[in-house]
Amino acid sequence: MLDHSTISAVLTAGMEEGADFTEIFVEDRQSISAMLDDGRVEELASGRDRGAGIRVVSGETTGFAHTADLSVESLRVAARTAAAGARGGTGKALPISASPRSAAGRTLPTILPENVDKGEKVALLKAAEDAARSENQAISQVTARYADSRRRIQVANSDGIHSADDQVRTMFSVSTVASGDTGMQTGRESVGRTVGFELFSETDVAELARTAAQRAITKLAARPAPSGEMTVVIGPGGGGVMFHEACGHGLEADLVAKGASVFAGRVGEKVASELVTLVDDGTMDGEWGHTTIDDEGLAVRRNVLISDGVLMDYMWDGLRARSEGRNSSGNGRRQSYRHLPMVRMTNTYLLAGESDPADIVADTESGVYVAHLGGGQVNTATGDFVFGMTEAYLIEEGRITAPLREGNLIGNGPAVLANIDAVGDDFSMGAPGTCGKDGQGVPVGDGVPTLRVHGLTIGGTAA
Amino acid sequence: MDYCNNESCSGAVSVPDRNFGRGVNVTKPGNDQELLKVAQDLVDASVGTEQVEVILSNGESTTVKVHSGEVESLTSAGSAAAGIRVIRDGRLGFASCGTLNPIVLSETLDSARDNCRFAEQDEHNGLALADGVDVVPQNLWSDSVLSTTVDQKVALALDLERQVIGLDSRVSTARSTSYGDGWGQAALASTNGISRVTSEASCSIGTQPLARHGDETQMGWGSDASRDPESLDLQKVATEAVERATKLLGATKPSSVRVPILLEPRLAVTLFGMVTGMLSAEAVQKGRSPFADRLGEQIGSELLNLVDDPTRSESLGAEEWDGEGLACRSNPLLKAGVLQMFLHDSTTARRAGLRSTGSAVRAVRGLPAPGPQLLVMEPGETSAPEMLRGVTTGLAVQSFAGIHSGVNPVSGDFSVGADGVMIRNGELAEPVRELTIASTIQRLLLGVTRVADDFEWLPGGSGACSVLIEDVSVSGS
Repeated sequence: MLDHSTISAVLTAGMEEGADFTEIFVEDRQSISAMLDDGRVEELASGRDRGAGIRVVSGETTGFAHTADLSVESLRVAARTAAAGARGGTGKALPISASPRSAAGRTLPTILPENVDKGEKVALLKAAEDAARSENQAISQVTARYADSRRRIQVANSDGIHSADDQVRTMFSVSTVASGDTGMQTGRESVGRTVGFELFSETDVAELARTAAQRAITKLAARPAPSGEMTVVIGPGGGGVMFHEACGHGLEADLVAKGASVFAGRVGEKVASELVTLVDDGTMDGEWGHTTIDDEGLAVRRNVLISDGVLMDYMWDGLRARSEGRNSSGNGRRQSYRHLPMVRMTNTYLLAGESDPADIVADTESGVYVAHLGGGQVNTATGDFVFGMTEAYLIEEGRITAPLREGNLIGNGPAVLANIDAVGDDFSMGAPGTCGKDGQGVPVGDGVPTLRVHGLTIGGTAA
Repeated sequence: MDYCNNESCSGAVSVPDRNFGRGVNVTKPGNDQELLKVAQDLVDASVGTEQVEVILSNGESTTVKVHSGEVESLTSAGSAAAGIRVIRDGRLGFASCGTLNPIVLSETLDSARDNCRFAEQDEHNGLALADGVDVVPQNLWSDSVLSTTVDQKVALALDLERQVIGLDSRVSTARSTSYGDGWGQAALASTNGISRVTSEASCSIGTQPLARHGDETQMGWGSDASRDPESLDLQKVATEAVERATKLLGATKPSSVRVPILLEPRLAVTLFGMVTGMLSAEAVQKGRSPFADRLGEQIGSELLNLVDDPTRSESLGAEEWDGEGLACRSNPLLKAGVLQMFLHDSTTARRAGLRSTGSAVRAVRGLPAPGPQLLVMEPGETSAPEMLRGVTTGLAVQSFAGIHSGVNPVSGDFSVGADGVMIRNGELAEPVRELTIASTIQRLLLGVTRVADDFEWLPGGSGACSVLIEDVSVSGS
């Protein structure tokens, strides 16, 4: 990527008018995606993106500029543009190492996707389609998508940080439509990991396709979801999105600092049932939200957010940490070199508990079992959050019974966290996700064991 | 869908630039013929019978975010993008890049060609053919955006924040207040002789005030967009945003009921925008639209008239040409609730034996697909106050949450989170939150019992009115 003299010239240009901090973030991203739809491999698309974002901070003000032109002249212009947005400061900079450091904690991809013939990628799509269509005659449409990306980043700043990462991600998804007397229903299943093409030696795309098909078929016979407050049991893996929304966003230090979080001022307090220990962990090798460094160049960490129900700490990026005189937690992330970093989650999960998952269901007189969740959304100021259920069943007299149609559930973060009364001894990571905040999307992972919560409102139409 | 979203996005400022990326200063504003020439030169490099289409964009943008009377961030940057579609023997390949560097563009063309080898043949694949429909000229450019200084932009954002904080003693801070603007140009050329170029500039402001009372916090939002920074209505934005935040203070969870819901124009667009998305011919042809067999049938209330019309110059979302370079046109979708047509690009049109409706939508870095461009609802005859007075018990919705996870465009199942204010005996009563609204898209369309005459053009471009929809499940405690 960029050499030492170019980087130094940019950092100097950022600091020469006096500033507290200058940073250059260089990114080189290449991606391939292939899609099969309506029985045909419709398209293969490739993308290439390369550029640098330069940030200059002075007090509470950040100036930012970016360019796709990595020549030293163009980078200097961008640095001066950014510096013009943030004037004043010490102008002091620490020297950086000659070459970027890589952080530990990554198993290198054994098969780089760029070295795999495109025909092999396309063949996976056909295999998935065949499997989905063979599963049941009611499957009327199948979409399969393959995508890989390689994102190389280099970060250097006036605090002396100079580090790099090479992030390879591979993902595959299948969406199905099933048609019956009651209309159409959909099913989806996906897998995504921060690994290379070896993903497919551990993942059977045909199995994935059958799961997606079965999900749609099951819903053909589904009844409308109930309406009103109920007890909800969430299956392993499927429910991480709930914690991401119920408290994850509210524990982002930038939102906390602006008074836009119900969790502001509550560190050290009990904010959840004592069964809840919640962790955000960027170090989970291979998981979708894994990196070795964050997008501010710091090694990612395993951060315990809630321990036995007590709020331990928020998640931090460099800017927020700097203004409060503490260290970043390695949660500064950005969508691309065109974006400013913000506090973001990585892989967020609830630690397993001690209950037998079967007992949790058996001990539930009536309620809803959610096997698979869709996306969600939260209003961090109130803590009200929603998430969608894409595979759910009624629980009647301690048994999982009739399948339910799709719907959203709504709850209030602090209330829901307090109302968790059982956590299973099973655990599974969920589907790969893209978390959106202020218009930026970043890959995130999540996971949960089986758990039970009271007082979520189910948005169904049944009385 | 494995997506999640932070609520704060809903009030985020965005410059309406559906088709245009912004960025690196390869060409200057007003010099758009140069951009078209770069596109045409790439098209001229086509070999044999291959079809090549090149779309390019570039531009610059500025975003100012302020907080507590200080500039929090100032972003100024240029960016560019290119998308190249190649069709060889009925096989489609696509490649894109984020620069107009000639070497990278040439590599991108090669990648698109190589990608063709792996896609399957489809006789309907092909670029758009000029269809003789004339472009409705639009004036999308603005000198005033470009002549506004950075200091003036900062002053606008600070002024908005000051107004927001001065309006109500319960509002002493905003999560974020911002001003954004940008100019962009886009050019499209193809081996079918299509050649288009447009320049556009616009600006916007937005704010998310926080209202506090005791331990409770509620967040509001407001935004405006324009082609002229001086005509941004700061006072209206501040007032609306503060009202939204304060109105919900003291909101509680309601008990579950089935009642009519009242949607203001902005929310009517959210709902009917999803409907028009389901009228894409691609969804229809691939068996993914619940309205596939309903052409000519009554799918909505007789009061509903919906048009997809990007030619409306009054709208900030107006466009001259679609994602394949065909002239945008007015497409009536629902007349008195009767389904009139589906939206086509040239591929779906060829498959159906029809002509494109000029409805190809795309990002520069993605392939075109048919879809709605600019939703316009025809106003009804009831005044908004009269509509409210006619409701004995109902819910005036303020915002939806979880639209992306709660609406299934294939089955039509609709279940979203919401907050708002209950209507009792024709008047706005107590605020409510932590509730869900459930029905199906099909039932919601037929359930429209009133369309108000309060038509307005929204900052996002759509034109809409308030509507009343009967018999909706509201779930609370």
